[in-house]
Amino acid sequence: MITLTHYLVVSALVFGLGLYAALSRRNAVAMLMGIELMLNAANINLVAFNKYGAPGAMQGQIFALIVITLAACEAAVGLALILAAYRRFETTYVDDLNLMRW
Amino acid sequence: MTGEAIAFYVLAAITLAAGAVVATSPNLMHSAVALIPALLGVTGLYVLLNAEFVAGIQVLIYAGGITVLILFVIMLTEGGTGLRIRQRNEQAAIAAAVAAATVALLIAVAGRTPWAHEPGALPSYTPGAIGQSFLGPNLPLFEGTSVVLLVALVGALLIARKETGE
Repeated sequence: MITLTHYLVVSALVFGLGLYAALSRRNAVAMLMGIELMLNAANINLVAFNKYGAPGAMQGQIFALIVITLAACEAAVGLALILAAYRRFETTYVDDLNLMRW
Repeated sequence: MTGEAIAFYVLAAITLAAGAVVATSPNLMHSAVALIPALLGVTGLYVLLNAEFVAGIQVLIYAGGITVLILFVIMLTEGGTGLRIRQRNEQAAIAAAVAAATVALLIAVAGRTPWAHEPGALPSYTPGAIGQSFLGPNLPLFEGTSVVLLVALVGALLIARKETGE
């Protein structure tokens, strides 16, 4: 029998992988991939709580859909910023991007 | 072992193995391509949780849209695929410790909290219930999200456009 705790453990592990990628990568695109993994972990939690926590409610799935939409916004803006920074500085490695002006 | 349990463990293994490749592969192209099975594994978990509409949206937006966008940006910027470039910063050990501590805390909390162990009764047709909710009590949320989406995409276009001579 698969319980809510199983889903929460998987979600915690995916979150940990995403956190490690976001903290340890030098490339901004790879950091963004880590953030996507973390958002997915949060979504697993939302959908699992929707099934196990609150019977008959839909708010968990609604919230997961909103999070997916905002993740798409975040990816679009983040990748646009990375492209703009690459045009200006010719690098996507965040430890080389340390100027606020040029 | 029931079919649900087998499906759960297979999907969890796919998600976690692909997620490990995403987090640790020295080749960024491999990372970005491994993101696809990771997101599809999460999609399978959604189907197991009776969230078919969320699963469909996940395939369309994440596996189909965001991954392709990430692949394009990796190929448009140089240095992402070079195997000789160092891909981890100096804080990688600290990052691993922080991530492990966070996971341990989350698992401890999830294991000790007394949850309701029986799955609740969902509507038999969840996309219909989601649609009713989006055009009913959640209408302001729906409209607000659409405005945010518009503003974010116009902003992304503005930031990423090629600057011509000023």
